[in-house]
Amino acid sequence: MCDSCGCNVTPGNKHLAYKPVKNGASAVSVLKKLLAHNDDQAAHNRTHFDARSILTINLMSSPGSGKTALLEATIDALKDEFRLAVIEGDLETENDAARIRARGVPAYQITTGSACHLDAHMVHEALHYLDLSGVDILFIENVGNLVCPASFDLGQHRNVTLLSVTEGDDKPAKYPVMFRAADAVILSKVDLLPVLDDFDPARAEHCLRQLASTVPLLPLSARKEQGMAAWYHWLRQELAAQRARVQDGATVKPHLQPEGVRLHAHAGV
Amino acid sequence: MHELSVCQALVTQVIEIAQENSAREVLMITLHIGPLSGVEPALLVSAFPLAAAGTLAASAQLVIESQPLRVHCQTCGADTEATANRLLCGICGDYHTQLISGDELLLANLELMT
Ligand SMILES: Nc1nc2c(ncn2[C@@H]2O[C@H](COP(=O)(O)OP(=O)(O)OP(=O)(O)O)[C@@H](O)[C@H]2O)c(=O)[nH]1
Ligand SMILES: [Mg+2]
Ligand SMILES: [Zn+2]
Ligand SMILES: [Zn+2]
Ligand SMILES: [Zn+2]
Ligand SMILES: [Zn+2]
Repeated sequence: MCDSCGCNVTPGNKHLAYKPVKNGASAVSVLKKLLAHNDDQAAHNRTHFDARSILTINLMSSPGSGKTALLEATIDALKDEFRLAVIEGDLETENDAARIRARGVPAYQITTGSACHLDAHMVHEALHYLDLSGVDILFIENVGNLVCPASFDLGQHRNVTLLSVTEGDDKPAKYPVMFRAADAVILSKVDLLPVLDDFDPARAEHCLRQLASTVPLLPLSARKEQGMAAWYHWLRQELAAQRARVQDGATVKPHLQPEGVRLHAHAGV
Repeated sequence: MHELSVCQALVTQVIEIAQENSAREVLMITLHIGPLSGVEPALLVSAFPLAAAGTLAASAQLVIESQPLRVHCQTCGADTEATANRLLCGICGDYHTQLISGDELLLANLELMT
């Protein structure tokens, strides 16, 4: 077993495990993104969304930060205004999808794949089971995990990351990749702030700005319906922007500092 | 961890390129990985043999060149070093900066036995 999996290779004996370069070896320069296949699939998913003028939003957070509760409240408030649909990434149970369907909104539960994140292929598969005709906003609730989901483009237009006040206010400093990826950060469960003495919203915002993030920080409580108007306003704005883009034949990826990408040493790769 | 998924994607790409070049074996794989790539190099290295087993890359050496974290300041124009959770301008301290290096997750080059 250990011969095939390589776990017996240590830094100390590593040089013995690999063959020296022989004659006949040739070097190939590649400079390709490691996740290029996922990115291609994500771009394909995005064309499906754009063809139907759908705004797709990827929700990410730690387990239990309130993603499904936010969707439930959003459905109750907006279901007469917009047609909504949900892809659920809770890989272990049907619970979250059932909660969404109970409110009369179509939900598809992704049940295959590795348990720590969704990828673009899983989302494409899910699209075959969801009726997207007439849908205005598609939400993808990613797996509760502050690390892995940030690495995989799903074809969404925007990323929303939740930070609940029952977590540490220094979470953005501890998970910079995740919080940098957000187009909006939601500070959830703020109804609990009065009973928590160790969460300082100003400190959470400070940690976020230290990541050079200028995105909106929206404090809200889905359970007690506090601060929800700003979230709905953001959604309406994003949907209008998506429709305008579709009119122009344009699309958008989660922003992640597009200027930075342009200045990037490997721009265009 | 998602490093196994990343490794599987890596191996798929490497094998495609190896086959395009009619290689008999992949000897060395060099990656460029930045601190903000979302991937932990040590986990990638330990997942690699699992993903590469039984392929042309099974005994390839995986070399990871980590990349510096640098930001460009929109306020004063300076390019400075930064750290993963403090991406501020090193000169004026402003947070209106853009990452110019440090989020790479790239397959840089391969050494093939042809
Ligand atoms: N007090 C309070 N509790 C909330 C709020 N939103 C969610 N919760 C509670 O937090 C717990 C988790 O909420 P969920 O909406 O299931 O969280 P989630 O992010 O979808 O969880 P996973 O899908 O398991 O990652 C539940 O017990 C909710 O009742 C809120 O605004 N205020
Ligand atoms: Mg949930
Ligand atoms: Zn072993
Ligand atoms: Zn398709
Ligand atoms: Zn993972
Ligand atoms: Zn500056």
